[in-house]
Amino acid sequence: MSAYTSLWQRHWILERNSILLLIGILIVIAIGGLVEVVPLFYLRSTIETAPGMRPYTPLELAGRNIYVREGCYLCHSQMIRALRDEVERYGHYSLAAESEYDHPFQWGSKRNGPDLARVGGKYSDDWHRDHLQDPRSVVPGSIMPAYPWLFTTDLDFSHIAEDMKVQALLGVPYSDEMIANALADVRTQATADAPDAAALAKRYPKAQARGFAGNPGRITEADALIAYLQMMGTLVDFKLYDDKANIR
Amino acid sequence: MAPSNTQVKYMTFGEGGSTVAFAGLAIFSIVIAAKAYTPEYAFHAYLFAAGSVAAVFAIANRYFDRGAQAAPLVIDGKPNYNMGPVKLATILAVFWGIAGFAIGLWIALELAFPALNLDLSFISFGRLRPLHTSAVIFAFGGNVLIATSFYVVQRTCRARLVGDLAPWFVVLGYNFFIVIAGTGYLLGITQSKEYAEPEWYADLWLTIVWVVYLLVYLGTLMRRTEPHIYVANWFYLAFILTIAVLHLGNNAAVPVSVFSPKSYIVWSGVQDAMVQWWYGHNAVGFFLTAGFLGIMYYFIPKRAERPIYSYRLSIVHFWALIFLYIWAGPHHLHYTALPDWTQTLGATFSIMLWMPSWGGMINGVMTLSGAWDKLRTDPVLRMLVLSVAFYGMATFEGPVMSVKAVNSLSHYTDWTIGHVHSGALGWVGFVSFGAIYCLVPWLWNRPLYSLRLVSWHFWIATIGIVVYITSMWVAGILQGLMWRAYTNLGFLEYSFIETVEAMHPFYVIRAIGGALFLVGALIMAFNVWRTIYPREQLAGAVAMAPAE
Repeated sequence: MSAYTSLWQRHWILERNSILLLIGILIVIAIGGLVEVVPLFYLRSTIETAPGMRPYTPLELAGRNIYVREGCYLCHSQMIRALRDEVERYGHYSLAAESEYDHPFQWGSKRNGPDLARVGGKYSDDWHRDHLQDPRSVVPGSIMPAYPWLFTTDLDFSHIAEDMKVQALLGVPYSDEMIANALADVRTQATADAPDAAALAKRYPKAQARGFAGNPGRITEADALIAYLQMMGTLVDFKLYDDKANIR
Repeated sequence: MAPSNTQVKYMTFGEGGSTVAFAGLAIFSIVIAAKAYTPEYAFHAYLFAAGSVAAVFAIANRYFDRGAQAAPLVIDGKPNYNMGPVKLATILAVFWGIAGFAIGLWIALELAFPALNLDLSFISFGRLRPLHTSAVIFAFGGNVLIATSFYVVQRTCRARLVGDLAPWFVVLGYNFFIVIAGTGYLLGITQSKEYAEPEWYADLWLTIVWVVYLLVYLGTLMRRTEPHIYVANWFYLAFILTIAVLHLGNNAAVPVSVFSPKSYIVWSGVQDAMVQWWYGHNAVGFFLTAGFLGIMYYFIPKRAERPIYSYRLSIVHFWALIFLYIWAGPHHLHYTALPDWTQTLGATFSIMLWMPSWGGMINGVMTLSGAWDKLRTDPVLRMLVLSVAFYGMATFEGPVMSVKAVNSLSHYTDWTIGHVHSGALGWVGFVSFGAIYCLVPWLWNRPLYSLRLVSWHFWIATIGIVVYITSMWVAGILQGLMWRAYTNLGFLEYSFIETVEAMHPFYVIRAIGGALFLVGALIMAFNVWRTIYPREQLAGAVAMAPAE
């Protein structure tokens, strides 16, 4: 053996010691993740200041949980890319701020159906009702499944305040007042001409209150889901949004 | 009488501790079931209770049946390998593989013929797709990885697996996780993180199983009687360790209550997207690549009876692969609200990743140097080599798709689905089938029932893969081009639904490809079954054959 030890022989140190090999692997795999993930939490340019963003109302949150439960994100993205055809088809490209309160995010990865980031207000409640019950009755070529059970299942929102408490713990700006009024706010938002609609709109600006799924006297899962769909992408007012203000 | 018969039998600390722990878990689960917020969650709690009770009985039963001595590490100077858990994981891999492929075929048909959703919540596309991906990646792939890693680490270290109950706990505990995850999807329990859909309690359970897996694996490495750790084990170790890190990072969540199946991920929006694809792409990189490269590095040299082509190449491509893979996640988020600098880093490292990927392919394929003739006679080796060829193809296509300009067309389309399946069916599927065809005869010490059937499996599945990926390439590129097509007046040419309608023929063709792949796997299952349980007349004929 010569005094010179080649790099290949030095590798023997790792090949002969399982703990050193383990530590070596741990160091090598840590670098990329740390460099890409950690700065996103402190670089201020990551999330824009967008006027109008607010947490979901309890009914919208319950609707969002149904969206998650049924796996809607597997066929519908909520992320309009900054490309000409997407902006013309769906509207202003999605801002990071618009999913700031989304635990977890719902950007999606596949479009078997169209993007939904700005679907709010695009169709009537009646259209959504027909579409969820029988998609091909309103869009003949659709390949979407029907969701009739959403209209026959009463929404279980008895624990929604607990959900909001957890979200508040994670940084979503739910106030004590919002959490205290959670159950009442669900009923108010799902009822047409509810007397407390003004208080709801004060807590959650732009919140729309009406019987979404058209089952008077009942709050079904369809009410919650349609309430969620109808608010998607409607919070930020792009007439007021200043693109340049976010260059910092 | 021999003194061993009079020896007093004691329950080991592991047996006693496990019994107490499982009994405690059973009681805890029943309390949770009683107070659960939803019936679906109560069902899962009862499953935990039933599983725990079964574990207590199994451990006690095993204790009464076993001898006073622990299994010896060495018998007659040879290692006393523990192959029971390997056998079980191998059989479960075949079972889950067929289940996963069949569900894949069903959801492919749902996209072609949406009436097949049958208006039932349990089988609607949104609930079945995670069942398909989890069944093939984690149930099929995971059992193949556990089986092969436990086999390879014992053989290459010339040492018995560490632990008495622990290897069984890894196999059974992991498959229990699969049952919880799968039934959860059908019942609508999901946290919607792709390839990490199971909720917080399933994640906690998997964490325990995975830590035991790491300890058994590492302990066996440390018990080795060979001076060097064989290259296959580097890859298995990187796979086990990195998956643990990814699992903990991506699934960080706060449950609404211990009585609720629902939790909220601690990350949100753009950061959650980044964490998700850091996890998601490295589930590909470490679960579906590093782990299966461990299979390649043992089974190809063994089957071809040739040494690894280049030792130095294996060192370089191992470290380069695990270093570069971790950076590639952001290519899933091109042109989104993720900052540009992160997207560019992701694309750059994805392109660099091409090199170590092909390093692995070259090392695998060139191991056949001097043994190419075996491809004519051995369909198992043919399967293993074709898997590496598909690996090379998929790892070339991946970097191409990570280029932002290409990605602007391919993203959100079926091109991605085609890309995934050239890797999943071609590489992961075929290298697993090859390993199973090797393992079953080795484990049960019997010749494989039929090599002709392996040949049939090989050709039917290969044609299925080609049909699948070509139809998805056409579908994806077509839909991507239709989305961005403009009329000469400057309007978007197609409504969204027109681009969906254009997909129909390709969805039908894709389903045919998937059906062929499933038929191949059924042929394999028959072959495996006949190998383990030979027909009596066949066994008799072998026994009566004259000695030569």
